[in-house]
Amino acid sequence: MSELLVIAEHDGRALAPAVLSTVTAASALAGHSGGRITLLVAGQGCRPAAEAAALVAGVGRVLLVEDQAYAQPLAEALAPLVARLAKDMSHVLAPATSFGKDLLPRAAALADAQPVADAVRVIDARTLVRPIYAGNLLQTVRVKAGCVFATIRPSAFAPAGVGAKAAPIEAVGAEPVALRTRTLGCEAGASSGVDLGRARVVLAGGRGMGSAEGFKRLEPLAKRLGAALAATRAAVDAGYAPNEWQVGQTGRIVAPELYIAFGISGAIQHLAGIKDSKTVVAINKDVSAPIFAAADYGLVMDLFQALPELEAALADDNSGA
Amino acid sequence: MKILVSVKRVIDATVKIRLRADGAGVETAGVKFSINPFDEIALEEAVRLKERGIASEVLAVSMGAAACQETLRHALALGADRAVLVESDAILEPLTVAKLLAALTRRESPGLVLMGKQAIDGDENQCGQMLAGLLDWPQASFASKLELKDGRALVARETEQGIERLDLPLPAVVTADLRLNTPRFATLPKIMQARKKPIERLDPAALGVDPTPRLEVLKLEAPPARRAGRMVDSVAALVEALRTEARVL
Ligand SMILES: Cc1cc2nc3c(=O)[nH]c(=O)nc-3n(C[C@H](O)[C@H](O)[C@H](O)COP(=O)(O)OP(=O)(O)OC[C@H]3O[C@@H](n4cnc5c(N)ncnc54)[C@H](O)[C@@H]3O)c2cc1C
Ligand SMILES: Nc1ncnc2c1ncn2[C@@H]1O[C@H](COP(=O)(O)O)[C@@H](O)[C@H]1O
Repeated sequence: MSELLVIAEHDGRALAPAVLSTVTAASALAGHSGGRITLLVAGQGCRPAAEAAALVAGVGRVLLVEDQAYAQPLAEALAPLVARLAKDMSHVLAPATSFGKDLLPRAAALADAQPVADAVRVIDARTLVRPIYAGNLLQTVRVKAGCVFATIRPSAFAPAGVGAKAAPIEAVGAEPVALRTRTLGCEAGASSGVDLGRARVVLAGGRGMGSAEGFKRLEPLAKRLGAALAATRAAVDAGYAPNEWQVGQTGRIVAPELYIAFGISGAIQHLAGIKDSKTVVAINKDVSAPIFAAADYGLVMDLFQALPELEAALADDNSGA
Repeated sequence: MKILVSVKRVIDATVKIRLRADGAGVETAGVKFSINPFDEIALEEAVRLKERGIASEVLAVSMGAAACQETLRHALALGADRAVLVESDAILEPLTVAKLLAALTRRESPGLVLMGKQAIDGDENQCGQMLAGLLDWPQASFASKLELKDGRALVARETEQGIERLDLPLPAVVTADLRLNTPRFATLPKIMQARKKPIERLDPAALGVDPTPRLEVLKLEAPPARRAGRMVDSVAALVEALRTEARVL
């Protein structure tokens, strides 16, 4: 029977949504032979997060590790702990978020293991599929021996459910570490109010938005549709939108039901982040923009003309509101 | 203080990636290769630190086939002082790269290792974090701002939650995100000068690293093609299609 460790990303109280997708991937890796999924909740004063973790469907056990060193989720502190726990595990998984990507490779190196990065599909207990070259190719890889370390792309796996039956919580000791890194704080840009990773509708603006004020013109429509806002690298670099809205090869990966691109040319690095969206719409005034080749519906139009028309057309619509 | 910068030779970001006819790899014949964009940014940062008198030497390191010498020449033209090529035709997984870099770091004792956050071919995003683990050094991944002061690095890093600020003592590993800086272009005189700068060539075995891959690549394939889309001629037609065809509104 396999023993699967899922490293929980949390804020002390709640789990990050990406953890639920990682648990789904863990269940798939456990497969028919079954296995026990252990959620690791390390932090300080994070029992509420552990209690939330215990309710995740498929989780057999929660390990709660509280220590001053884990007050901030730093790879430097957490990697030795994960490497120690890995000794008893067949799999160690983390979400492919900035947290998981920072931590898992470091932990794997300590365990002398080569992780599978950004897995999007499970073939069997040791075999995973991952995108390479900005999603232009898919690579199927098998971990030849030892513990399987992997980060899981959250948008590729449905979130595990949350049930009423709580798994047992076991407190275990921290792994001593002389922590040298200090966290000075985190400044978030203006939030669009809807989590980009989980939004059903994403409205993305590119350089075609023209200015930060222009970018704001997406807000009324976003509100109407309950959509999250996203941006291209060019739009972020130009100061139209905060960094954490960037979607693409080096930004967030999104997979909403509906993705609408406004004034976006469609560079492969941007498309890498939207490939799994169900319906892609492109609105661009240049008929030859490559984004049209990647879109289900294309509209050649000035976006500043299209936006008010869209708002008007949807104003009398209750189903989407 | 010496800064070690790793530079990977990758297919240029603008090239359309194609699978080879035998399906066993990516078409590289006649394809343009460049220095990994994130590494170019890491190198630029190191060169600026040297220009400001904070660093004394910039050492560029690459691992891979003999052709990586071109990448290193480019790095030298951009301002690196010296280069090391760890020559191998084998597939070098991130763990192997990190072990090779760890061996070189022990030999060279830099005060800072600057790397790209990810190589745009494999999109692994692992080597920097693995190196920091192997060396037991502090790490700051996805850096969009770096300041060195009194033996410490102040780093702003890009996360999903926003910009996180870290303060870590040197030596440390820092991996560069795109917004750290905008790299310069190599000028002709610098390209000429770079020809005279030294490139040391080493064998992975000389660094005591076994490069045997831990992963077996079973298959390489193009992702399923999206169904062909269509153009609509008005907002009304778009909304209608989204409601009745796609059923997403
Ligand atoms: C290593 C690397 C990684 C990268 N990672 C990312 C990434 O993660 N995400 C990302 O997005 N990019 C990334 N990029 C950048 C990417 O290559 C493109 O440069 C970027 O996506 C272009 O953004 P854009 O489409 O907004 O701008 P542009 O390419 O300038 O396109 C603007 C578009 O807006 C249209 N337009 C202008 N005005 C209007 C109007 N009034 N109405 C309608 N349409 C209008 C124009 O016709 C044009 O097509 C990366 C690049 C590299 C090299
Ligand atoms: N073969 C290589 N030679 C030099 N540096 C490399 C090599 N592979 C990876 N790196 C470095 O590690 C970083 C992260 O790469 P990766 O983890 O493969 O995405 C890159 O930006 C490079 O700085």
